[in-house]
Amino acid sequence: MTLLRLDEVTVRFGGRDALDAVDLEVAEHETVCVLGPSGSGKSTMLRVVAGLQPADTGRVWLAGRDQSGVPAHRRGVGLMFQDHQLFPQRDVGGNVAFGLRMRKVGRAEADRRVAELLELVGLPGAQRRPVDSLSGGEQQRVALARALAPRPKLLMLDEPLGQLDRGLRERLVVELRELFERLGTTVLAVTHDQGEAFALADRVVVMENGRIARTGTPLEVWRRPGTEFVARFLGFDNVVEAIVHGEVADTCWGKLPVPPGSRPGPGRLLVRPAGVRLTDPGEGLACTVAARTFRGDHVTLVLAPSDPAAPRLEASCALRDAPEAGARVGVAFDPADVVVLDPAP
Amino acid sequence: MVLAGPVEPRENRKAAGGRRETGKADGGGRRATALRLALMAVPLAFFAVFFAYPVAAIVTRGLRVGGRWRFGRIAEVMSDPATLDVLWFTCWQAVASTALTLAVALPGAYVFARFDFPGKGLLRAVVTVPFVLPTVVAGSAFLALLGRGGLLDELWGVRLDTSVWAILLAHVFFNYAVVVRTVGGLWAQLDPRQEEAARVLGASRLSAWRRVTLPALAPAVAAAALMVFLFTFTSFGVIQILGGPRYATLEVAIYRETAQLLDLPTAAVLSIVQFAAVAAVLALHAWTVRRRESALRLVDPGRTARRPKGSAQWALLWGVLAVVALLIVTPLAVLVERSLHGPDGYGFTYYEALRSAADSGGTFFVAPLEAVGNSLRYAAVATVFALVVGGLAAAALTRRAGRLVRGFDALLMLPLGTSAVTVGFGFLIALDEPPLDLRASWILVPLAQALVGVPFVVRTMLPVLRAVDHRLREAAAVLGASPWRVWREVDLPLVGRAVAVAAGFAFAVSLGEFGATVFLARPDHPTLPVAIARFLGRAGQLTYGQAMALSTILMLVCAGSLLALERIRTDRSGEF
Repeated sequence: MTLLRLDEVTVRFGGRDALDAVDLEVAEHETVCVLGPSGSGKSTMLRVVAGLQPADTGRVWLAGRDQSGVPAHRRGVGLMFQDHQLFPQRDVGGNVAFGLRMRKVGRAEADRRVAELLELVGLPGAQRRPVDSLSGGEQQRVALARALAPRPKLLMLDEPLGQLDRGLRERLVVELRELFERLGTTVLAVTHDQGEAFALADRVVVMENGRIARTGTPLEVWRRPGTEFVARFLGFDNVVEAIVHGEVADTCWGKLPVPPGSRPGPGRLLVRPAGVRLTDPGEGLACTVAARTFRGDHVTLVLAPSDPAAPRLEASCALRDAPEAGARVGVAFDPADVVVLDPAP
Repeated sequence: MVLAGPVEPRENRKAAGGRRETGKADGGGRRATALRLALMAVPLAFFAVFFAYPVAAIVTRGLRVGGRWRFGRIAEVMSDPATLDVLWFTCWQAVASTALTLAVALPGAYVFARFDFPGKGLLRAVVTVPFVLPTVVAGSAFLALLGRGGLLDELWGVRLDTSVWAILLAHVFFNYAVVVRTVGGLWAQLDPRQEEAARVLGASRLSAWRRVTLPALAPAVAAAALMVFLFTFTSFGVIQILGGPRYATLEVAIYRETAQLLDLPTAAVLSIVQFAAVAAVLALHAWTVRRRESALRLVDPGRTARRPKGSAQWALLWGVLAVVALLIVTPLAVLVERSLHGPDGYGFTYYEALRSAADSGGTFFVAPLEAVGNSLRYAAVATVFALVVGGLAAAALTRRAGRLVRGFDALLMLPLGTSAVTVGFGFLIALDEPPLDLRASWILVPLAQALVGVPFVVRTMLPVLRAVDHRLREAAAVLGASPWRVWREVDLPLVGRAVAVAAGFAFAVSLGEFGATVFLARPDHPTLPVAIARFLGRAGQLTYGQAMALSTILMLVCAGSLLALERIRTDRSGEF
């Protein structure tokens, strides 16, 4: 069942479209991540759904009800703000209980629920702690507990893990995903971090300048980004002009194999770094290793083709196989990691 | 007068930042505007009935003779060189007093905001005391200090009562607290890490202050400067005592015309001139500060204050303490000394005389000591009025939007610049007919006092309200809080401190209000300032001594209330 539906929602800020006729559906119990660079309109989308920002045109439907004219405090959604926005003069318990008090939940019941939620987010017994004594990760957990406490039909997260350090972020992503699955919460999150989005979401929506550029499961989006914008946003930089005929494409990197069934004709081609294979010098495309970045479990290489007009290539390879900077190498391409992109809209 | 119906729809659009093209999907914006108008209704009604109407009534009385308007009077009075002299003196002494007060009191505001030292609460109350003293008493205290036979004369043969310096110093004495409370209140809540960030970016201590703290403080400094300017511009008792025949402000001139020469038309013209001048100043103020206030990071003031470190900070603290001692404590000490210095040496003769009406030499129907209870009751009621009216006004003004709101903002400040004599007399003339026949009612006194308290409440609460991060309100709304709940749950706790400060101000101002109360307090229910003035108006050592004794009591009552307020404030700040 569809819980949230956006119907041609448009929001203009001084002549610029922050949201441009956006259609979106979120099913019950689904976790959808909106992914996009800053300024792509993703936070505005959350604000429209929460009722904090009126839409210029279009409608928002929650559980089958048109939300036009329904003020924020009657929409019954939860929103976790980017910088948490915990109430500074209240302690942890006071923050978590806030939404319950607004719904006139009894004291004993509220206390019980607060304790339960703090337990859930891993801060048992933190009720009386002042919020400014909390670390970033703890504030994050309190903000989550506060948003979850009134059992909102839809939980929205604005850059939920944006300010946390990497280790904590990776751990929290897993915890959040488990938590949402356990509670059956419907979640709409926005983030600019693709790793976070892919780890958290059942479905990913990529935004570009107020429009939806691509939507699909993380795997689908990862495999076929669709447009060059999405590909580059996902961190794929090996994009090149190409003319496809059959299973071969002509590019300035030479002839590249493409998967069977690719759309023929002129277009642009994406080669994922994993599909750039190093061979002996003299075989394939001749390149020099321009830079080498240690990534822990693998190494990212920037390869400069000997033809200076051709764009540089990014390749990833195992640590023990990685050549030094300045080494000359040959490059071959794996058709499984070559994707023909859609033309820009 | 500022409200015009057709302005509304445009305001509505402006409130939303001009983002709406169609009205289809909104509801929040119109509701917010309606809410704001509803909030404004109470203050507007209050001001219409208890300010605009009485003032208009008395001005009409002065300019309308035999059913015809005599506007020729205005030109006549205005072309009189004496009027121009008064106007010129009023302006320049107000500017000089404001500048001097800021120069002397800003270091004090810093010390109170950032330093922790023993006796801070007591000292804060001490500097607020002058502000609530009747101006006549403070004038006498300065005369005793700087005039003939005064302390300086005795010690070094220096007399300042014939120079304008006595007036300027007395103005600093009065307004020191305005700057310390208004600026210091916000300063204490500014996050010091902002300045530290600037230091790390290579700014010197001074330039970090100038570029980070000063801009954040600017709205509070502007508000304080405006208040000081308005007080000194309309200064009355101080000039009356220390200015002699040489110096007169507009307010003094109005008083002379009304009460001594009974020339109501001239008084009316001077009232209009003063009103126009104040309106012009307020318009200028509104125009300059319009875009300055911004969202600040406010922190718990308890965490920003530290014990002074290093010789420079200690020197600053001691410097401020010395200024307070010289400028504020000394005149007050002279006052106390005089109240105890009876004909037979030191003792409580004058205080004991206050306990019966008979000892007042026919000045009172009741024991003068009853004035203490009257003053406290009136001031408490006036504080409630001022908090309700000013609180609603500040809530309505929190969202900056459009000319309408700015006009409303300026309107609220007008009572500060309007002659208290005019207001008091206006109450008597205007509020004596049904349905508003209040002349015999005790409520007139707190109503007039609240009028002067409202601007304080608004000016103290507004900078803090506007500095509350709007997203906190949004967070509360998403969690299910209606606009009213949002105000109660988010704004009110964060401005709780400001409310306490505002209440203290309103209470203190009401306690010390004289110009209007003197017309309104019934003879059997005098307030402290009125009683003091009546004593001072009669010759004789006993009445003078009783005046000094009552002044001392007023000073103690005020200091006591303020200390209690400080206590409440610190007790509750943790709970909010």
